[in-house]
Amino acid sequence: MTGQPALSLAAYAVHLAGPTDFDGWRDAARRLSTNEVKPEDIEWHVGGEGDELPAPTPGVELRVSREFVERATIVACHSDSERFALLYRLLWRQRSEPHLLRIASDPDVRRFETMEKSVRRDEHKMHAFVRFRKIGDGNDERFVAWFEPDHFILELAAPFFVRRFTGMHWAILTPRGSTEWDRERLAFGPGASRNDAPTADQSEEMWRTYFANIFNPARLKVKAMQSEMPKKYWRNLPEASLIPNLIAGADEAAREMIARMPTMPAAHHQAIQARHWPSAEAVTETAARSIDALRQQASQCRRCPLWSEATQTVFGEGPDIAELVFVGEQPGDQEDLQGRPFVGPAGRIFDAVLGEAGIDRTAVYVTNAVKHFKFEPRGKRRIHSKPNAGEVQACRWWLAQELTLLKPKLVVALGATAAQSLLEAPVAITRQRGQTIERDDGLAVFLTIHPSYILRLRDPQEAAAERTRFAEDMRAVRAMMAA
Amino acid sequence: MAVLSTREKLAILSDAAKYDASCASSGAGGRDSLKSGGIGSTEGMGICHSYAPDGRCISLLKILLTNFCIYDCSYCINRSSSNVRRARFTVDEVVRLTMDFYKRNYIEGLFLSSGVVRSPDNTMGEMVEVARRLRLDEKFGGYIHLKTIPEASAELIEKAGLYADRLSINVELPTDEGVKRLAPEKRPETIRVSMAKLRSKIEEKAEPTLRTKTRERFAPGGQSTQMIVGADATPDAGILKTSARLYGSYQLRRVYYSAFSPIPDASSALPLRKPPLMREHRLYQADWLMRFYGFDQGEILDGQPDGMLDLEIDPKLAWALRNRASFPVDVNRADKERLLRIPGFGTRAVERIIETRRFKRLRLEDVGRLCQSIAKVRPFIVADGWSPGAATDAARLRETIAPKPQQLELFR
Repeated sequence: MTGQPALSLAAYAVHLAGPTDFDGWRDAARRLSTNEVKPEDIEWHVGGEGDELPAPTPGVELRVSREFVERATIVACHSDSERFALLYRLLWRQRSEPHLLRIASDPDVRRFETMEKSVRRDEHKMHAFVRFRKIGDGNDERFVAWFEPDHFILELAAPFFVRRFTGMHWAILTPRGSTEWDRERLAFGPGASRNDAPTADQSEEMWRTYFANIFNPARLKVKAMQSEMPKKYWRNLPEASLIPNLIAGADEAAREMIARMPTMPAAHHQAIQARHWPSAEAVTETAARSIDALRQQASQCRRCPLWSEATQTVFGEGPDIAELVFVGEQPGDQEDLQGRPFVGPAGRIFDAVLGEAGIDRTAVYVTNAVKHFKFEPRGKRRIHSKPNAGEVQACRWWLAQELTLLKPKLVVALGATAAQSLLEAPVAITRQRGQTIERDDGLAVFLTIHPSYILRLRDPQEAAAERTRFAEDMRAVRAMMAA
Repeated sequence: MAVLSTREKLAILSDAAKYDASCASSGAGGRDSLKSGGIGSTEGMGICHSYAPDGRCISLLKILLTNFCIYDCSYCINRSSSNVRRARFTVDEVVRLTMDFYKRNYIEGLFLSSGVVRSPDNTMGEMVEVARRLRLDEKFGGYIHLKTIPEASAELIEKAGLYADRLSINVELPTDEGVKRLAPEKRPETIRVSMAKLRSKIEEKAEPTLRTKTRERFAPGGQSTQMIVGADATPDAGILKTSARLYGSYQLRRVYYSAFSPIPDASSALPLRKPPLMREHRLYQADWLMRFYGFDQGEILDGQPDGMLDLEIDPKLAWALRNRASFPVDVNRADKERLLRIPGFGTRAVERIIETRRFKRLRLEDVGRLCQSIAKVRPFIVADGWSPGAATDAARLRETIAPKPQQLELFR
């Protein structure tokens, strides 16, 4: 007898050692493909005695991407009996179509991906739906779970449980195999039956209590639940037996929630109100006697709509006896977050240049023409946008109050917006830079650029030159203060 | 007063937490117990261990430390004037429950929130103590999310960030006016400043320190927030505008929208009906368009005079129907940004199209294998051998692709 089954036309029958014998498949695939055996001439089986396979042809390299091998390892865990044949066909085709895996629209690739996804999903559901039950106490404490996966994923999923439950002695039993971790070693064993696993656990009632109470009956969405937690898993989930009753009672429970009309406030409510929430004193914008009082008032400013987008009012900062005042345009991203002026990138340049010019930052008062950050949200960032005339006008009230209280010897306008606010007229900074203008009330206003201008220059040489000019302006300011 | 058992407290304090929509446990980065020999891990992606019949994932033990509260927010079941039954866990009880549940693989970790008792610092201090004991005493490596109390001190927030994977602060409602009216003791300014501080702290800690060059672990899952939808009259356009501002200003990982749910013993300041859950769903879809599909907040509702998202069709399809001049898009040539605008294509389908077409021109049936359903996509694309012809501009296009009316909701 030559032993060829009558109906099989295949030239070779491969019998792998077990359902997840990927190494066996790999060895057979190497032998067959290097001997030019076509996919349709091979039958793949799990278990039993197979044919003698030809030796790999010497000198013929089997070239296949690492990605394919890694993904094939996953697909080999699928319970579909066609999986090994599919893997060989893909291997075969990749010899002439090296980019085959990139072509997601190919039916074989599509099937490969679907199977891979299905195994991954099964693995993920195992991570999610394994339920351990505790047996023993103290040093004998052990946790045992019973789980029924769709595919051969026990070895794939076990390392996750090791990483997660390192300090715990546990075992997972499935019909297709079992695994145990004793806090040091992971061991695999034969399949088990549901009766080998413990049936209850003292924490289960607690868990069921949680499950029943975290559910909001006014939001019933049974389909959404079942698509993520299909019924096939329910029999091994201790909480699942509650589901039918929760669904059945949801309508009534929700109606009852709505029907329970507002009642008299609880007895302790008045006492809490009196103790914690004495009626708030109204903040009024009257002329304040100190910068601190003014800052307090400004924190509630509603003079223009900018407050509603910004985090907080960024008020001026510095000694209330300062003789030199710097006025910028408006706070930026960092200033808005921290609630302090000139702390962002432009503020750092400002500080550095001030230091070089010999002006003590802690002795001067720094503020802005507009005290809320104005921006446009762009994805995850906020793009600064220029305050308009109305916003500058609205905020001028605060600046005027600050100057009235401080009575400085000199005010430095940093940039056009600041100059416009201080002089109540449009100013061309590029032309008038370095000039000092005396206001009708006698206040001297020195005009220069805003330090953020230096940051915006792309050309490093230009930026360096501009920084030098800005430092010269600051030295001029210092000279004026010394005069 | 009778002493409540832990189980009775669990019933009360999980019931009190069920109105909170957020329950994600993702984005914490990697951590396992192999070195510590303890219990717990996070692997970037969260795991939903169960689902409640409301369709929401249960991944965390989401409870309140206590439902006693000095605030009187009308939308909240735990407000001080409510007649709800009150309970208070001890720190020890929360630690034990978390460990017991985690060891049985019921949960990914803990999401602890609380009513405010005595003072914000007092309550926040206890929440931080729960997290500290879990991390240090129990060597717990699972996920911890703490809902921070805006008025709590900076030191406590810093400690919270040390132990927690994610911190969150609720903005409560989409507008300051809404907060003033429905949560009169809450201060929107304080909430904003707290979020700003948290962002600064997270960014500061993400910088490698000069000396050690390592990054300190501080709320690796970032910060999130939640706002209640439908308790005040803010339209969807206003809600999305607030979200865009929050994402941009405070680098939030997520903004959760929680459809206002009827609560027992509701305050008379509230609407008597709940808003449809579909509205909440559409807001999440719009939120995704902003975060993953390159849509600008303004264009999502551009041309919708009432500023409300269409409840019948998803916001991307609604946008496409309003902007038919942008279609059809050639799947073999269009750039990623344009492909992402095609209704029926997710980010994954777009990636696969771009990958596949490097080697092969796509026909309609190829595209069909790369997306969920070709029927929805067909009128908006050109592929090899396929052109929608007049279908893109057909007056009845909406009727032909919009899903059939859904089964009526529980409450109308």
